[in-house]
Amino acid sequence: MHIDRHERLWTVIATAIMATIFAIILGTSLALDIHPPSNVETVDSQRLHLTDEFAADNLGVSRGPDGGLVVRLVAVRYAFVPREVTIPADTRITWRLASADVTHGFHVPGTNLDSMVVPGYVSEIHGMIREPGDYAMLCNEYCGVGHQSMWTRITAVPPRQWRARPGEGGR
Amino acid sequence: MPLDRTTRGLIFAHFLVAFAAFLVAAILGVYQVLERAEIIPALISAEGYYESVSIHGNLMAYVLTTFFILGFGYAVAPASLRQPIWRPGLAWLGFAAMMVGLVLVAGSLVTGNATVLYTFYPPMIAHWTYYVGSALVLLGSLPWVVIMIVMMVRWKRRNPGERVPLVMYATTANAILWAWTLVGVGTEVVFQLIPLSLGWVEGIDVGLARTLFVWTLHPIVYFWLLPAYTALYSLLPPAAGARLYSEIMGRIVFILLLVFSLPVGIHHLFVDPFQAAGWKLFHAFNTAIVAIPSLLTGFTILATLEESGRRRGGRGLFGWIPRLSWGEPMVAAAVGALLMLILGGFGGVVNSAYAMNTVVHNTMWVTAHFHLIFGGTSVIMYFAIAYLLWPKALGRVLHSTRLAVIQIVLWFVGMVVLTTPWHMLGLLGEPRRTAFAGYAETFAGQWEPYELTMTVGGAVLLVSSLAFVWNLVATAVGRRAPDAATPHLTFSTARDHEEPIPTMLNGFTLWNWIIALLMLVAFGYPILQFFLIETYPMVPFKW
Repeated sequence: MHIDRHERLWTVIATAIMATIFAIILGTSLALDIHPPSNVETVDSQRLHLTDEFAADNLGVSRGPDGGLVVRLVAVRYAFVPREVTIPADTRITWRLASADVTHGFHVPGTNLDSMVVPGYVSEIHGMIREPGDYAMLCNEYCGVGHQSMWTRITAVPPRQWRARPGEGGR
Repeated sequence: MPLDRTTRGLIFAHFLVAFAAFLVAAILGVYQVLERAEIIPALISAEGYYESVSIHGNLMAYVLTTFFILGFGYAVAPASLRQPIWRPGLAWLGFAAMMVGLVLVAGSLVTGNATVLYTFYPPMIAHWTYYVGSALVLLGSLPWVVIMIVMMVRWKRRNPGERVPLVMYATTANAILWAWTLVGVGTEVVFQLIPLSLGWVEGIDVGLARTLFVWTLHPIVYFWLLPAYTALYSLLPPAAGARLYSEIMGRIVFILLLVFSLPVGIHHLFVDPFQAAGWKLFHAFNTAIVAIPSLLTGFTILATLEESGRRRGGRGLFGWIPRLSWGEPMVAAAVGALLMLILGGFGGVVNSAYAMNTVVHNTMWVTAHFHLIFGGTSVIMYFAIAYLLWPKALGRVLHSTRLAVIQIVLWFVGMVVLTTPWHMLGLLGEPRRTAFAGYAETFAGQWEPYELTMTVGGAVLLVSSLAFVWNLVATAVGRRAPDAATPHLTFSTARDHEEPIPTMLNGFTLWNWIIALLMLVAFGYPILQFFLIETYPMVPFKW
């Protein structure tokens, strides 16, 4: 099989380009433990209100058993519950979301917080918002005719000013 | 062999449906950018936008493509193999099934009973006619797959030891790719969506449905792209007055595209919670491989164009570029296609980058990538193919070659003006497929200048679309061609057309076994897991 000299060279270059890109992706993912949400955890989305974790009075910010902060949210047409969340900036937080109806998305533009929220499954994301300020958490997957209005305000405050508000994550 | 009456009838019927759908979808596209930009209050309607996106997506992605690609195959097979179409009755039966399906799908869409966009979104459930219609369109395309494979196999039996013409090898590769592609969505529609829409089952496992859908979601894009590549390798060189730089590379490219566009779908599920990280990385790796044949195509086609320019007197490093036959629609389209492939390919590498995907997932960035690769690279070549085949199917002369070139240039300009602001909007976090920004002005205010720019791109694309359809209509009622009864098609000759080629690059048996193995590895456990863990099906919802 005869392949032109220039094409042979270009094949090597093209393969090297893609190999380099993938090596960087693989290296950073494994070395820095950067992975998209992949927790493969099921939940009965039709009975969310009866589960311990996603019952209404357990939503919002709370402390996990290891002392870390956990934000629990329910995505339901057309809102995230609770409607407002205040968190400390520059702090690693675990976000756990479940849908009460259809498939939703969850994206905080300007950060690495992005996940699908699929009925029947729990989405878990680990991440932080570095700078204090107001952020929008948008639904970024078509969920019905009210989809464009589905969002929640996230307020990130300097870590020392932050404390859990009463009634939020009250358990 | 000249294109006989049967062949010309099949090309005409398929192209007619494809481009009628294209015209409707193009007009809706302009409505969508205007609606999203919120500059004309009377147009703003969430229901209107989502219904419009549903129709635009179904028509562009399923009707334009499937009908066009089948018509193109019916032209390529008899012309390149010099034998009449095998069982034309079967081809027409498939066409009839697709038309019945199309009527059902269109009925459910225009009555607002299928506003599930075009990627289904279970547990939102449309009227059952939408899914049954979709299944009929898919089933109706299978006779074409059989006809392409049978014609190639019969030709090989009659011509032992000879090489299948590259254009037919590529077209058969696409037919085989299509058969593999349909397995995922076919299973989802038949076993999940139709039973749920008819109320035969109570709920749906959304994780399983989404996994089956992405089996199809990536290779289907290559099914749309392969005819564009086929034209670059086989129809561009004669139009440019050059030999194809290398045929062997073309065969390798089509095999790589066939094999590696399939086991990659889970890259669409990077941020879905129901697939584990290892599978996502494996599919990200395969995605990196499938970028290579596109890079190879870029080289071979540019080298072919360079030879064309030099033959026509071009000198120096870049002097061959102005000497290209720019007045040929096929040449203008090929250059536009390659440029948009570079822009869209760059965005695609970002999408596929596992962790970086998080920043742009479901944003307008993805819409920009998709419109550059599909609306750009693929469809601009469909135009050039149509300018070649439509007149031959009708025995006419193309109404205006000059208008054809202008239309192609306008399409390129419109796509760039449309998708550049979309890339920016994606980075700023604007979600795709969203009627308008119902968020606080503090977040959405910075999107406005880009939304104004995108409407300009949409307007240019509409002008281009109208010019395209006008040229075809004027051709249909225009001058008869001197060779009206015996139109011929000319395919490329390669510089290396006398070099021997290995048997494995003249058939598909080995590659089908490799695909079967790869798909078993790539999708076996990701699908099986839903039957091993306790899952909770979800009841259906309206939108």
